[in-house]
Amino acid sequence: MPGHDTARDVYRQALPVILVSLVAGLFSGTILGSETMRAGISEVPGLLLLLPAFLATRGGVYGSLGARLSTGLHQGLIEPRFRLDRRLTNAILASFINGMTVSVFIAVITFLWLRLFGNPGNLLELVGIMVVAGLLSAVLMISVLIAVIFVGYRRGLDPDNVIGPVVTTLGDVFGILFLLVGIYVVGAVL
Amino acid sequence: MSSSGSGGERAGGSGSERAGGSESAADRESTADREYVDEWSVRRIVRTMIPLLAALSVLQLVSGSVLETYQEVLVSNPALLVLVPVQIGTAGNLASITCSRLTTQLYLGTYELDPSNPDLRANAGAVFALAGTVFGIVGVAAWVIGVALGGTLGLGRVLLVSLVSGMLLAVLVVVTSVAAVEVSYRMGFNPDDTTIPVVTNVCDIAGVLILFAVVSVVV
Repeated sequence: MPGHDTARDVYRQALPVILVSLVAGLFSGTILGSETMRAGISEVPGLLLLLPAFLATRGGVYGSLGARLSTGLHQGLIEPRFRLDRRLTNAILASFINGMTVSVFIAVITFLWLRLFGNPGNLLELVGIMVVAGLLSAVLMISVLIAVIFVGYRRGLDPDNVIGPVVTTLGDVFGILFLLVGIYVVGAVL
Repeated sequence: MSSSGSGGERAGGSGSERAGGSESAADRESTADREYVDEWSVRRIVRTMIPLLAALSVLQLVSGSVLETYQEVLVSNPALLVLVPVQIGTAGNLASITCSRLTTQLYLGTYELDPSNPDLRANAGAVFALAGTVFGIVGVAAWVIGVALGGTLGLGRVLLVSLVSGMLLAVLVVVTSVAAVEVSYRMGFNPDDTTIPVVTNVCDIAGVLILFAVVSVVV
C-alpha cells in the first residue's frame, strides 16, 4: 500500500532512478572537469557563478513545458501528433521565449554580481555564451520533450512519470555541454 | 531538479478549469474553450513563468558565488568538479522522493511528526541508505574520473568528501522535507504544490554549501 512501505521497499524502488541520474550527473561532471572546460572557467570570469542558475532554469523552463503538454494530453486539449496546433505552438513558443529571456537575464545578473564585488567581467562575453547555450538547449530540449511525450503517450506511457527524469538528465548533461560550446563559439568570435 | 518549480501554477490552473465545469453544458463548452485558449496563450505562460524563473536564478547565484569562491581548488582538482552536478542532482532527487512520500502519507492519515512513527522512520532510513549507496559510488567514480582528467587528489579524500557531504545532505533533506510539510499543512497550503519546489531548491543550494564546507575542512 502506498505510504506504508518499509525503508527497504522505498530503497529498492528509488535506487534505479537515482542510479540513472547518478550516471548522468557523472557524465556532466566529466564534461565540467574536462581540460577545455577548466581552461574556460579560468579564462571567463563568472562562469562558475552562473552555472547553478543556468542548470536550474533549464529544469524550470522545460519541466513546465513537459508538465503543460502532459496535462493538455490528459485533458484532450492537444493531440499527440506532430502538426501545427495553436496550443502546441503557443506552449513551445512560450518556453522558447522563457528559456532565452532567462538565459540573458542570468548573464546580466552574473555581470552585475561580478561588478558589485569589484571583479572583472565582460557583459558581451557572458551574454554571448548564454545566448548560444540557451538557444542550443531550447532546440534540443523542446524536440526531445515533444518526441518523448508524444511517442510515449501513444504507446500508453503516462508522460507525467517520464518528464522529470528526462528533463533533469538531459538538461544537466546538455546544459553543461552547450555551455562549453558557447564558450568555444564566443571565444572564436570575440 | 527544479522541474517542479511551476507545478503549483499548473495545478492551480487546471483546478479552476475543473471548477468551471459545473455550469450548463453550452455555457461550459464556450467558457471552457475560452479559458483553455487563454490558459495556453504565449503571453500568459511567459508572464507567469518569468518572475518565478528570475527569482530562482537570483537565488541560485548564492550557490554560484560559493563555486566561484572555490574556483582555484576546483580547477586544480577535477574530481571535485565532477562531484558538483552529482551533489546537486542527487539532493534534488532525494528531496522530491521524500516530499512526495510525506505528502501522500499526510493525505492517507499515516503521517505524524513523531520519531517513533514507522512511516517517517522508513522514509528517513531509505534516504540515508540511498545517500550512503550513491555517495559511496560517486566518491570512487569521481576519483577515477579525476585521475583520468589529470587530478592528483587521493581516493581516501575524494571518498571522504563525497560520503560526509552526502550524509549531511541526507540529514538536511529529511529535516527540510518534514519542516516544509509541517509548515505548509499548518498554514493551510497544499503541500503537493509548495513542498517540492521549495525543498528541491533549498537542497540544491545547500548541497553546494555543504560540499564546500566539507571541502574546506578535508582538502
